[in-house]
Amino acid sequence: MEDLILTVLLTSVPLIYAATGELIAERSGVLNLGVEGMMLMGAVTAFGVSLSTGSLFLGALAGAIAGALTAGVFAIFVLGLATNQVATGLALTIFGTGLSGLAGAPFVGKAIDGMPQIAIPILSDLPFVGRILFQHDMLAYLSVVIVALVAYFLKRTRAGLVLRAVGDNHHSAHALGYSVLGVRFGAVLFGGFMAGLGGAYLPLMLTPHWAEGMTSGRGWIALALVVFASWMPWRVMVGALIFGGITIMQLAGQARGWAIPSQFLSMLPYIATIMVLVLISRNKEFALANSPACLGRIFHLGK
Amino acid sequence: MIALIPRKDIPLSLTLLTPVVAIALTLVMGAIIFGALGYEPLGALYQFFVAPVSHAYQIGDLFVKACPLIIIASGLVFCYRANIWNIGAEGQLVFGAIFSGWVALTFPDLSVGVMMPAMILAGILGGLLWAMIPALLKTRFNTNEILVSLMLTYVASLFIDWLIRGPWRDPMAFGFPLTKNYADAALIGQVSFPGIGTLGQLHWGVVGGVILALVAWFVLARTMIGFQVKVMGDAPRAGRFAGFNPSLVTVMVLAISGATAGLAGMVEVSANIGQLQPNISFGYGFTAIIVAFLARLNPLAVIAAGLVVALAELGGDSAQIVLGMPKVVTGVFKGILLFMLLAGETFNRFHVEVNGVEIKWPGNLWGAKPRKAGA
Amino acid sequence: MKKFLAMLAGGVMTATAGMTTAIADPMKVGFVYLTNPGDHGWTYAHEVARQEVEAHFGNKVVTSYVENVPEGPDAERVIRELARQGNEMIFTTSFGYMDPTLKVSKEFPNVKFDHLTGFKRSPNMATGNIRFHEGRYVQGVVAGLMTKSNRIGYLGSFPTPEVVQGINAFAIGMRSVNPDAEISVIWVNSWYDPVKEADAARVHIAEGADILAQHTDSPAMLQAAEKAGIHGFGQSSDMKAFAPKAQLFSSVNDWAPYYKAQIQAAMDGTWSTGDGPDHWAGNTWLGLADGYLLLTPMENMPADVKAAGEAAAAKVRGGYNIFSGPLMDNKGNEVIPAGGAFTDADWWSNFGFYAEGVIGDIPG
Repeated sequence: MEDLILTVLLTSVPLIYAATGELIAERSGVLNLGVEGMMLMGAVTAFGVSLSTGSLFLGALAGAIAGALTAGVFAIFVLGLATNQVATGLALTIFGTGLSGLAGAPFVGKAIDGMPQIAIPILSDLPFVGRILFQHDMLAYLSVVIVALVAYFLKRTRAGLVLRAVGDNHHSAHALGYSVLGVRFGAVLFGGFMAGLGGAYLPLMLTPHWAEGMTSGRGWIALALVVFASWMPWRVMVGALIFGGITIMQLAGQARGWAIPSQFLSMLPYIATIMVLVLISRNKEFALANSPACLGRIFHLGK
Repeated sequence: MIALIPRKDIPLSLTLLTPVVAIALTLVMGAIIFGALGYEPLGALYQFFVAPVSHAYQIGDLFVKACPLIIIASGLVFCYRANIWNIGAEGQLVFGAIFSGWVALTFPDLSVGVMMPAMILAGILGGLLWAMIPALLKTRFNTNEILVSLMLTYVASLFIDWLIRGPWRDPMAFGFPLTKNYADAALIGQVSFPGIGTLGQLHWGVVGGVILALVAWFVLARTMIGFQVKVMGDAPRAGRFAGFNPSLVTVMVLAISGATAGLAGMVEVSANIGQLQPNISFGYGFTAIIVAFLARLNPLAVIAAGLVVALAELGGDSAQIVLGMPKVVTGVFKGILLFMLLAGETFNRFHVEVNGVEIKWPGNLWGAKPRKAGA
Repeated sequence: MKKFLAMLAGGVMTATAGMTTAIADPMKVGFVYLTNPGDHGWTYAHEVARQEVEAHFGNKVVTSYVENVPEGPDAERVIRELARQGNEMIFTTSFGYMDPTLKVSKEFPNVKFDHLTGFKRSPNMATGNIRFHEGRYVQGVVAGLMTKSNRIGYLGSFPTPEVVQGINAFAIGMRSVNPDAEISVIWVNSWYDPVKEADAARVHIAEGADILAQHTDSPAMLQAAEKAGIHGFGQSSDMKAFAPKAQLFSSVNDWAPYYKAQIQAAMDGTWSTGDGPDHWAGNTWLGLADGYLLLTPMENMPADVKAAGEAAAAKVRGGYNIFSGPLMDNKGNEVIPAGGAFTDADWWSNFGFYAEGVIGDIPG
C-alpha cells in the first residue's frame, strides 16, 4: 500500500508544477493552452543537458529555462501582437511537440541516472508516513515549497495583489499605473518555467529516458486541474494527487485482475477530469467568483 | 513598446496575401532549421514541397491526404467563427467510423444504393452525437468545451480499441485487432478518368469533400444559420439583442463540426482501409485545426489550405525516405505556419508600431484599394 | 603483352557486365520501420539485422529504410514509394502493415514483399516470424525458480495472439518448476511508452512482484526493477547496460538469418511462396533452434537456476513443444488433453485463454 501511495505521489509531481505555473499565468488573465508543448521542451532539454553534462541539477534548470523560452514565444505573439490566445496556445503545443521530437531524435534509447532520493533525517523514520512523505527527490520536495510560495504570493504580497488585479480587471489596473502587459509577460514566463520543470521531472525521475511525446497529455490535464482547483494553489496539489491516484489505480486494478477491460480502466482519468470540470463550472456564481474575469481577453494599448 | 493601432480599412491585397506571406515565412524558417540540422536547405525544401507532387499519380495521393482535412475543416470553420473551440474533432472522427462501421459490419449484404447512404448518415450521426457531449456540458453547465472535447478524444480512441479487440474482432483474424473486411458495397471506390485510369489513390470521397466545402461556404456566407454563427462569434451581445439564442448556436456549430468529423471518419475507413483497426486516424482532427486557420475560417479556402497542409505531410514522408530527415519536422512546420498565420492576422487588423516605428507586413507593400473591414 | 591482356580483360569484363547487368547492379532492398531504431527494442533489432545484411552482402545489396511509419494509409504510400524507387525486395516490419503490403504487392507483381509477424500471403508476399514464445518459456522457468514472493509482474503491450501466447508460454514454464507462482498482467496499450512502463512496473512492485517481464520495448521496466532491487527479463535487445544487476537475461530477436536467407533466395532465383491459396510455403516461423531468437547469457542468478534455465533452453532447441498437454487454463478448463499438443495452426487459433497461473482475463 505504501508503495502504491509513493507511486501516486511521484506521478503527481509534474502535474503540480505545470498546473501551478499555468495558474499564475491564468490569474494574470492569460490562457496558455501550450502547456503540453512547454512540458515537452522542458523534458527534452533536461534530458539532453543531463546526458551531456552528467548533472541532473543543470538538466532540471535547463529544462525550466527551455519551458520559459517557449512560453516567451507565446507571450510575444499573444501579448505583443494580440493574437488569439486559444489558437496561439494550440500552435505552441503543436510546435513544442514537434520541436522536442526533432531535438530529441538522437536521444532515443539512451538513459541517464535518475535523481537520487533524499531522506529527511528523523522525519523519514516515522512509521508509514516517514517513507511516503519524507524520502523523495529534490524536485518533489521543491514542488510543495513552490505551491506554498505561490499561495503566499497570491494572498499576502502586494505583487500578488497586482497580479490578481491585472487578471480581474485589466483596465482598472492599467488606470492605476500598472503595466498590464509587463505583469502578464512575467506571469506567462513563470508558467513556462514551471511547465518546463514539470516536464523535466519525467525523464529525470519517472523514467530515465526520452520518448517523443512522453507527456502523453499531462499538459492538458494540468489545464483542467487549474479549473478544478478554482485557481487556488493548494487545491491544485489536491487535484494532482487525485488525478495521479486514478492513473495508478487503473494500473493496480489490472494487476489485481479486476474484471473491467483495461481500455475502460485507462479511460477513467479522462472521464474523471470531465466530471470534475462539470461539477466546478456548474455552479455559476462560484465559478464566476473565482475565475479571473479577464481570462483570455486581449488588452489593447494605445488608440 | 509594441503598439497596435486598429486599421480603419483592410486592404484587399492584405487579406489575400496574408496566408501566402505566412507560408513564405514558414518556408524561410524551415530552410533555416534544415540548415541548422545539417541538411542542404534548398534540396530539403524541394523534397518537402515539390518532389511529392512531381508525378501525376502523386496529385491523386495529395488529394487523398487532403480529403479528411478538407472535410473536417469545413465543419470546424463554423465552430471557430462562433468562438467555440472544438478541439475534439479527432474523437468525433473515431465515432463516425464506429457508427458507420457498425452499419457495414452488421448488414454486410446491403446493396450499394442502401449501404452507402446508410453509412454516410451513420458516420455523420456518430460524430455529431460525440460532439453533443461538450455542447450540452457547455450550454447546461458552462463547462469549457476545449478541455471536454479534448478529453473525449482519448476516451474515443480507447473505446474503439476495446471494440476492435473485443466484440467486433474478426474471428478469422487470428486474434489480431481487426474487424471483418467491409463488403465491397461499403467501400468507396477510386475515381477512374476516361483514358487515364486511376490517379494515384484518388477516390470519390475526395469529390464529396470538395463539394462539402462548397456547400459549407454557401451556408456560412448566404444563409441565416451562417449569419447567426458569424454574429455570435463577432458580436455576441448584438446577437442576443437580435434574438439569437447563444445556446442554440453553440449546439448547432458543434453539431455541424461533429458531423463533418464523423463523415471524415467514415470516408477514411471506407476509402483507404476497408475495415476497422485501432489506428484509423493520425491526427487529422488536430491538423484540420491548422487547415481551418490557414483558410482564415473561410470554407472555400479550406480546399486550398487542405492541399497545402497535405503537401507538407507528404513532404515529410518524402524527406524521410530520401534525406533521412526525422518525421517530426512536419510538426515543427505546422506549428510555425500557424504562428505566422496568427501574426499575419494581427498585421491585417492593426498597424503595428514598435517604439514608434511601423512594421510593414510584407503583404502591405502594394498601395491597395481600401476595403471595408469585416465584410 | 601485359597491355594487351589488360585490354582483353577489360573487354571481357565490359562484355560480361553488359550481359549480366542484373548482377553488377546491386539489389535494392527496402525496410519499413514502425518506430525509431533508437528505441532499443523492436525496430532496433531490425536495424541491427539490416546493417548485418549490408555487411554480409557487400556491394551486391543496397538497403534503405523508412522509420516512424504509422500503420494504415501512410504505410501504403510509403511501401508503394519504395516499390517505385526500384526496390526489388521490401520488408515491412510490423503486423499493422499487413493489408497495405498485400495491396501494394498486387500492384507490383515483380517486387518481392516480405511481411513480418503477419498471416496474409500472396504469390509475391511472404511472411516471417520468430517463435518469441520459446524465449518466454525459458523466462518462465527461471522466474519460477527465482521468485520468492511467488508473484511475477508482466507488462503486456497489446493483447494480440503472440503476446497472449507469450504470457501463456511463460506461465507454462513457470508452473513447470513452481506450482504456486502467479503472473499478474498490466496492459500498457503501447509498444513503447517508457513513462507508462515505468509506472506499471512500479505498481507491480508495489503489489508484491519480485520478478518482472515485458512485451514492451523500452528498458524502463528493468530500470525500475534495478532501482527496487529486484530482477527482470529484457526484451528484443540486450538491456544489460541499462540494468546490470536486475537483468536475468534478455530475449533478443535476430532477424539477420531470415533477411539473409530471403535475400539470398531472391538472388538465386529460388524465392517462392509456393502455391495458393494459403501460400503456406511462404511462411517462415523459426526460433531458438535456428538462431532467430537468442538468449543473452544468464546472470544475476544462482548457479542451479542458471543450469535449469539453460537446460530448458536446450530442451526447446531440441524440439520440445511447449504447448503440449495436459494444459489447463486459469479457469480450470482443459485446453490441451494429456498426450495432445498444439500444432502451429492450433497455436494461432487458440489464444483466447490464459494458461494456469495467470491472474485475470484477457481484455476485450
